[in-house]
Amino acid sequence: MLNIIGTWVAATLTIGILSFLYRDNPLYKVAEHLYVGISAGFAVIYIWSFDVYPMLVDAFRTHLSQRNYVEAWVLVVPALLGLAMLCRPIPKLAVLSRWPLSFTIGIGSGLGLIASVQGYLLPQVSDTLRPLVTVNNALMSIGVIATLVYFYFSREHKGALGAISRVGIIFIMVAFGAAFGYTVMARVSLLIGRVYFLFHDWLPIIR
Amino acid sequence: MKLWERLATIDRRILYLLLALAVVLPLIIRPRTRIQVSEPVQDAFTAVDQLPPGSVVMISVDFDPSSAPEVQPMLIAILRHCFKKDLKVIVTGHLALGLPLAEIALSQVPAEYGKVYGRDFVNIGYRPGYVAVMVGIGRELRDFFKTDYKGVPIDSYPFMRSVHTYRDIGLLVDLAHGATADAWIQYAGGRYNVKIIVGCTGVNAPNLFQYYHAHQIAGIIGGLQGAAEYESLVGKPGSATLGMPAQSAAHALVIVFLIIGNIGFLLARRRKGG
Repeated sequence: MLNIIGTWVAATLTIGILSFLYRDNPLYKVAEHLYVGISAGFAVIYIWSFDVYPMLVDAFRTHLSQRNYVEAWVLVVPALLGLAMLCRPIPKLAVLSRWPLSFTIGIGSGLGLIASVQGYLLPQVSDTLRPLVTVNNALMSIGVIATLVYFYFSREHKGALGAISRVGIIFIMVAFGAAFGYTVMARVSLLIGRVYFLFHDWLPIIR
Repeated sequence: MKLWERLATIDRRILYLLLALAVVLPLIIRPRTRIQVSEPVQDAFTAVDQLPPGSVVMISVDFDPSSAPEVQPMLIAILRHCFKKDLKVIVTGHLALGLPLAEIALSQVPAEYGKVYGRDFVNIGYRPGYVAVMVGIGRELRDFFKTDYKGVPIDSYPFMRSVHTYRDIGLLVDLAHGATADAWIQYAGGRYNVKIIVGCTGVNAPNLFQYYHAHQIAGIIGGLQGAAEYESLVGKPGSATLGMPAQSAAHALVIVFLIIGNIGFLLARRRKGG
């Protein structure tokens, strides 16, 4: 019974969202607000259940019961930083939220810097340096050089520089075209998913 | 106004209606389709297929309902492949709204192969702050996941006792609709040399081919097409395969729209110029 109710609710909301294609309407607005509200509520519950409670509250209790006082009281630091983050909407205390933000940005930058070099820049550069023995390798090298030249702004794009940068534009446009083609495929897939739901799960037309 | 120009300025709602018909009719009529498997998907399949039985596969469910029609069929097909090969599966995720989708798949697929929770697969749940989690697993999984998503200690499951770091994981599968695929590749792959395959939405796929060509990932399953290819390799067609005729019809219609729109635009411009 619950499944049937759930399917009807989902079908109504799907139609509500799709109805925006005709024009904005109250059903669409209800569906949109429900999605935002439920997603936010769900995320809060998940973060409490999977993060805050087991890694902070429960861990604090466990360490205390095992007399690991240092490990227990260290947890007060992230707890205070978390509370400081919540001060953001209070104008007088908003400045406190900068500390956890600084902490997060610092960690993110530190980790990101290493990952960018180790996991992105070096492998990609090393893979670009291929022997020019196949058409694909030659095309890739031309594409990389021409695109880099296109983004070289210290000199006016005239003469040879202009010609190479125009080749670069062609490669960039091909990349945009491929990305756009994939995006169309992705959006159509989503429509197929919803239509399949409506005609398979809700109205059993597709068997 | 001439015919071409009239077609170029057609009401968008008529285009929506035509697109809806292009999607609905093939789903109802279900014409036969032949799925041609591409190299990146074949490589992803081979990466799973070559693992010896008992190996651990970690699947990161990093998509939510907004991309489920594309990525959920990949999750189902990969789970089928893993269980068919007697691999142990650890499911995790970095999106709160993604794990219910994992649960839907885990409530359906393992039963088809007689697999049991805790013995053959475990869902360790979600932790926010995915970069810290990805780097941290390289040190010790239990620093972040002491318990599974039900709150049961992971060490109470026999196969999990020997899983501590990436060294104990045979293959990492990221099913993503966002930046997590890049992060897994850069943090787990770059630092710990984990073998990774990625299943992603069509929007993400073009950005990930660079990693595939640089051998930073073993394979890519991109979009609904990729999911259908994987389904055909596993030998169990599902919703992705069913959706492919509709996808082809919609693409053909979009191409027709593009041609008509451009001809109309060019004619209108010529007339204005004249």
